[in-house]
Amino acid sequence: METKEIIYCLKKIVKPYVQNDLAFQDFGKDTDFIKDLEINSANLVDIVLDVEDEFNIAIDNDSMDKMLTVKDAVEIIKTKQQEQ
Amino acid sequence: MNRRVVITGMGVAAPNGVGLKAFSEALKKGKSGIKFQPELERLKFRCQIAGKPEISEEMLKEYFTDLELRGLNSSGIVYGVISGVDAWKDAGLPFGPEAETDWDNGIIFGTGILGVDKFREAIHLIDDKNTRRLGSTSVVQTMASGISAYLNSKLACGNQVTTNSSACTTGTEAILMAADRIRAGKAKRILAGSCGDSGPYVWGGFDAMRILPHKYNDNPQAGSRPMSESAAGFVPGSGAGALVIEDLESALERGAKIYAEILGGHINSGGQRNKGSLTAPNSEGVKKCIGNAIFDAGVRPDELDTINGHLTATAMDPTEVANWSETLKLRGTKFPYINSLKSLTGHCLSAGGSIESVASVLQIDEDFIFGNINSEDLHPEIEKLVPRKNVPEKTLFKEVNIVAKASFGFGDVNAVVIFSKFRD
Repeated sequence: METKEIIYCLKKIVKPYVQNDLAFQDFGKDTDFIKDLEINSANLVDIVLDVEDEFNIAIDNDSMDKMLTVKDAVEIIKTKQQEQ
Repeated sequence: MNRRVVITGMGVAAPNGVGLKAFSEALKKGKSGIKFQPELERLKFRCQIAGKPEISEEMLKEYFTDLELRGLNSSGIVYGVISGVDAWKDAGLPFGPEAETDWDNGIIFGTGILGVDKFREAIHLIDDKNTRRLGSTSVVQTMASGISAYLNSKLACGNQVTTNSSACTTGTEAILMAADRIRAGKAKRILAGSCGDSGPYVWGGFDAMRILPHKYNDNPQAGSRPMSESAAGFVPGSGAGALVIEDLESALERGAKIYAEILGGHINSGGQRNKGSLTAPNSEGVKKCIGNAIFDAGVRPDELDTINGHLTATAMDPTEVANWSETLKLRGTKFPYINSLKSLTGHCLSAGGSIESVASVLQIDEDFIFGNINSEDLHPEIEKLVPRKNVPEKTLFKEVNIVAKASFGFGDVNAVVIFSKFRD
């Protein structure tokens, strides 16, 4: 899957959890889920579950802890997809 | 320090009406909210009828954000939030993201058990060794105080925010706890109420105890029969009721509509002695509760216009009426009018006290006494104490000044509150 395509899907997944709409307009590789989008940290686990469902992958605990920015998420998704 | 305490807002999600207007109309028309529940038939319940508020998708969207609706599977939270937000709006108090924390506002919103359907979801995932798939909402939807927490995300209260639990007295207890706190000057406004989940996982235990009627599955609206000779158990219900309890000074300052005054009340337990048990009341405790409530309110028994009883439609109904009669020392034509909302909604369990209190206060605000459907065969033991005309089958439109509302619950716990028309 292309990076652009993954980012497009991520944007859709993240949208309902976003609390800073202004930062969401600039959604891109460097966007930080908590610092920029002000997503409630409790909701990060929900985002991970949504990502698993959307991309049909399983994200282990270590990867979960590293998923702070869009770039991190893209890398994790690509790695997991390749592992399959 | 005895401040006067009034009610300045109300909301309700009852089986026979969601929202004050629909509920008030249902009361006046004697509209039953009891329906056949195919799910209970599928699960082979003896009793397959129940009371469940009808909530549309549009309504859910009005009260919850898209994010809140994701994975929302706690009917108690749905009913509680709808009734609580309605009551708050009705009182003209600020809510939503713009509302700032108000240190004088609190929430006492009770429940018996919360989010059983959500909890069932979690149990399945955990048993499948899939705990990580629970997501973030499992805890907040199943903790008992989840209802107060969800409400406060909208109301921004900075005073005490809690959830009480005392079986079927829960709602009435919440109102009295709120009134006590305001009387003591510790808060100015408290959203008091209670909610109860719908569904087989809440009602199953009662079905197993064989205290629900099983002969009305093909005639649901005749199933809930408080005070009748043919009463054969209570029809299970669910929903929520909410009342904004406010310091009179604050209400007057704000120019708020005042529905009624809370003159007083009492909460106690029979101690599970003298025929009291986990599941039955000690009549001595009930009588003390009624008597102390009347004393606390500073009214004479003959000033009561009407009683909204606990009256669930079991063999205990005649005992309850006898307890009222003995405590008030009133019988025959001197006995006040008496009714039971459960004929129209079923027994809404932890939500019962608050829904029935909303009904009681509406009777004062709109001057009527709603009728008891399904009481055509009034129990002879009751008729010995109260004349037929004081147990109206159809709604009476007449001035109502003072109402006594009682709730009794498993664990031998009691609560009685006295509401009155507000007079300066």
